[in-house]
Formats: sequence, structure tokens, C-alpha cells
Amino acid sequence: MTRHAVFYVRPLLLLLLLALAFLTACAGASTAPGAPAAGDAPSGALTVFAASSLTDAFSTLGDTFEAEYQGVTINFSFANAQQLGTQITEGAPADVFATALQDHMDLAIRSGRIDPEAVTVFARNRIVVVAPADNPGNVTSLRDLARPGLRLVLADQAAAAGQYALSFLDKASALPEYGADYRERVLANVRSYEDSVRATFTKVLLGEADAGIVFSTDPASDRDRVLVLEIPAELNTIVEYPIAPLDDAANPALARAFIDFVLAPRGQAILGSFGFQQVN
Amino acid sequence: MESSLPQVARPLPRRRTVHYTLSLWLLAAPLLLLIAAPVLALVARVDFSLFLANLTSNVVIRAISLSLVTSLIATLLALCFGLPLAYLLARRQFRGKMIVDTLIDLPMILPPAVAGIALLLAFGRRGLIGAPLAEFGITLAFTQVAVIMAQTFVAAPYFVKAATAALLGVERELEQSAALDGASPLQVFVAITIPLSWPVLSSGLVMTWARALGEFGATIIFAGNLAGRTQTMPLAIYLGFERDLQLAIVLALVLLGVAFLVLLIVKGWLRQRVGAV
Repeated sequence: MTRHAVFYVRPLLLLLLLALAFLTACAGASTAPGAPAAGDAPSGALTVFAASSLTDAFSTLGDTFEAEYQGVTINFSFANAQQLGTQITEGAPADVFATALQDHMDLAIRSGRIDPEAVTVFARNRIVVVAPADNPGNVTSLRDLARPGLRLVLADQAAAAGQYALSFLDKASALPEYGADYRERVLANVRSYEDSVRATFTKVLLGEADAGIVFSTDPASDRDRVLVLEIPAELNTIVEYPIAPLDDAANPALARAFIDFVLAPRGQAILGSFGFQQVN
Repeated sequence: MESSLPQVARPLPRRRTVHYTLSLWLLAAPLLLLIAAPVLALVARVDFSLFLANLTSNVVIRAISLSLVTSLIATLLALCFGLPLAYLLARRQFRGKMIVDTLIDLPMILPPAVAGIALLLAFGRRGLIGAPLAEFGITLAFTQVAVIMAQTFVAAPYFVKAATAALLGVERELEQSAALDGASPLQVFVAITIPLSWPVLSSGLVMTWARALGEFGATIIFAGNLAGRTQTMPLAIYLGFERDLQLAIVLALVLLGVAFLVLLIVKGWLRQRVGAV
């Protein structure tokens, strides 16, 4: 009887201890370091919510920022921007919000936690044509996209890049050098409407498609494996990326310092190296 | 084994049977609820005027006919090439049998998206087998052949598994006595083995067809998504969800309805056949 009791008590004790440890950890997290005294160099922890398309660029930005300001820790939450906007609406603890679409920022503004006046555009993105490095479809100009037999892959309309690609085709069809049937002839070459812009890029990277239309940030880390053909500004859709501090940021000075860093020449150069267009 | 059967078959007192049945239903209820609730929720959410309008739309008709044709071909391929494989696994001893058997399990474990990428790396234009094929002007990716290949890859193992079990369940004495009476191996297989293993074989075929019909991940990666060409019902539904929830629900209901009807008909037909035997 006693032997059994011992066997039952031990796991229970362990569970209790674990629960206790968990609770202390939670309590510790909720009383995280507050704002530093005004005028001091920024220090402490900063939580940045950023759209998943910013993962690579912002990770590098964060590392550089931490190296610049000793004692600063930046915690990123990269996720679907729609979800992040919803989380902010639901009161998630964030200090800075950066996203790829104004819609998601508007979601956070409506929750009353972001001042619309404080929102700044920090980067621009655009669509480009990509082809495998050995160019099996011999794509050298935008007109080549309409050549019969070309294996073209686009993102589905459900993805933003898919809508921008169609808008490019519409605008080009209005110009005499492309011809009124440009859109129709290009779309006849489409082998697949992929469910995301990343899937579209992967098909080109693997050489399955002769060409695809993706964001200029997609091929940034595979420059040697693909050819990039620019789409002129008048045919392109320029996407603006907004960033803003949260009104109730635990550390407003640090939030401001991070945003200033993103907008400063060094931050802009890092964004540029990931394929973003810089803002002046 | 045989001698213990009559004991089990002895009827229980009526009241106890009712109790047993009732508790069995109670135990089964959570699973039934888990499966039935989402289906009912889909039906409850649909706007029926929209449903009728969409039912005859081009996208739906093309997607459903493509799905039916490709899944049927995939099932036939699983039968043609899966049955010999199952026969080898059930009746022959050979080196590496465990490896072959486990290889067949892999597509059931692999996330379908990984299956799609693997198919692309093997049969794509730059792939292991695809590159030599491309030399002859044969490209598989983005074609209906790719749809069927993806479905077969993912679904055929279900048939091979079922068929192996079915063949193992056939009593060898019956086959041997037929052979002693002068039947050729093929005659034995067609006249004895197939009829005896038919109930399990056929349920394996139905399962394979169902899995092929619902195939999504491998198809969208290997075959791509083009309406009327490689866009099967699951693809149309998935992309529909990102555009228009109502349309997606209509598509999903059509798929569920068609699958439910086909399964009911096939099962009814099988029961008749098995009952007649």
C-alpha cells in the first residue's frame, strides 16, 4: 500500500513543480523590463511583429541593430500579416508592426492601438519576370512572354502577385508595342496558376517553367540561379510596406529607435540587398 | 479455431444483447460525431440558390470530370501493377522483401507536398528520369499524366496493402487441390484466388479510388493548377477558399456528394455480388 502511494505521489509532485515553474516563468515574462529613462541610449527588449515575407530582411536588420546597440534584444514574430493584424487587435504584446499590405495595418489601426499618423512606408516591392539561369525559353524581353509554346507559370489570383501580374498584362496590352492581344497570348502560355508566389518561383528555380512572374524580393537569395527581367514602372504595381510603433509599446524609445534604423541609409541598404526598393 | 466458433455464436439473452449494442453505439458516437459534424456544417452553410447556379458552372463540371477520369485511371493502374506486386509480397520469399514492403508504406506516411516535390525531382524537366525523357520531347510536369502519376503514387499503396492481406487470407489448400486437378497457375488465380479474395481486394480498390479522388498536395506541386487541364476538384476547392468561401463550399459539397453516391453504389453492388457467391 505504502509502496504504491510513493509511486503515485512522485509524478504528482513533479507535475506540481512543473506547473509552479511554468507559472513563475509566465509571471517573469509579464513583468519584463519597462521603458528606460528618457534620454538614455536605447536598451531592453523589443517585440516586432512582421509579415513573413520580411523574415530574411528583418532578421538581418535585427542582428545589425543588436550589434549597434549593446544590451538590446529584438524578438521577432514572423507570420501571415493578416494573422498578426488580428493578434494585435486581440491585444497581443507587440512594440512595432511591419507588414506588406496597408490592409493589415488598417486592421491594427482600427483596433486603436496604432496612430495612423505614425505609420511610415519603409520599403517598396514590385513584380519582375524570372527565368532559369540557362534560359531554356530564351526570354530576353517582355514581348517573349507571348511567344507560342513558352512554358509560363503565374501565381493564382488568390495571391497578390497573381493579381499584379494580370494588371501588368492589362497595362501592356494598352500599349501599341505589345499589341491589344498581348494579355490573351501570354495567358495562353500559362501552364499553371500556382497557389502562392513562392511556389511560382520554385517552379522557375527548378527549371520546370521557362518563365514566371514573382516579386523582386523572391529571387534575392538565388541571384546566380535565375535571370531577372525588370517590368517598367508604368506597367508595374508598386507595393508599399508600412511600419508603425504601437501606442502602448512597453518601450517607446526603443521602438522609435528601431524604426529610425530601418529608415536610415544602413537599414535601407540591407533592405535593398534583399530585393526591396528603397524609400527616399 | 473452428471448434471455438459455435461457443461464440451461441445467442446471448435478448436484454443483454440490447445493452451491449447500446454501449457499443455510445462508444462509437464520438468518432461518428467527429466525422459527421463537419460534413453537416458544410451543408448547413451552403446557400442553395448559389449551389444550383454553381453546379452547372464550367469550372465545376470541368474539375469534377477531370477528377473522376484521372482517379479512375489511377485506380486501374494500381490494380494492374499493384496486384502482381501484392502477389509477390504475399506468396514469394525474396531478399529485400522487408525493404520493398516498407517502400510501399512510404507514400502513405510522406506529407503529400513532399511527395509532389519528390515527383518533380524525379520526373520534372530537370529530374532524374524526366531529363532523359525531355531529350525525346516528353514532358510530364503540368500535364494530366502528371495528375494521374501523383494520384497513383499516393493512392496505390492502399491497394497493394489490402491486396497483400487479401491474398494471404486465401486458403492455400483450395488452390493446391485445383492445381492437382490439372488447373494451370493462371486458371487457379482467376478461378480460385481472385473470387476468394475479392471482398478484401474490392474494398482496397474503393479505398484507393477515394484517396486518389481527394489527392491535393502532390497534384498541385507536380501537375500544377490549370482549369480544365490539371485542376482537379480538391485544387479548385483549395483555391476557392482563398477567393470565395461560398463557391468553395459548393465545390466541396459536390465532391462529397459524388464520392458518397459512388461509394454507396459500389458498396451496394459489391454486397449483392458477395451475397450471391
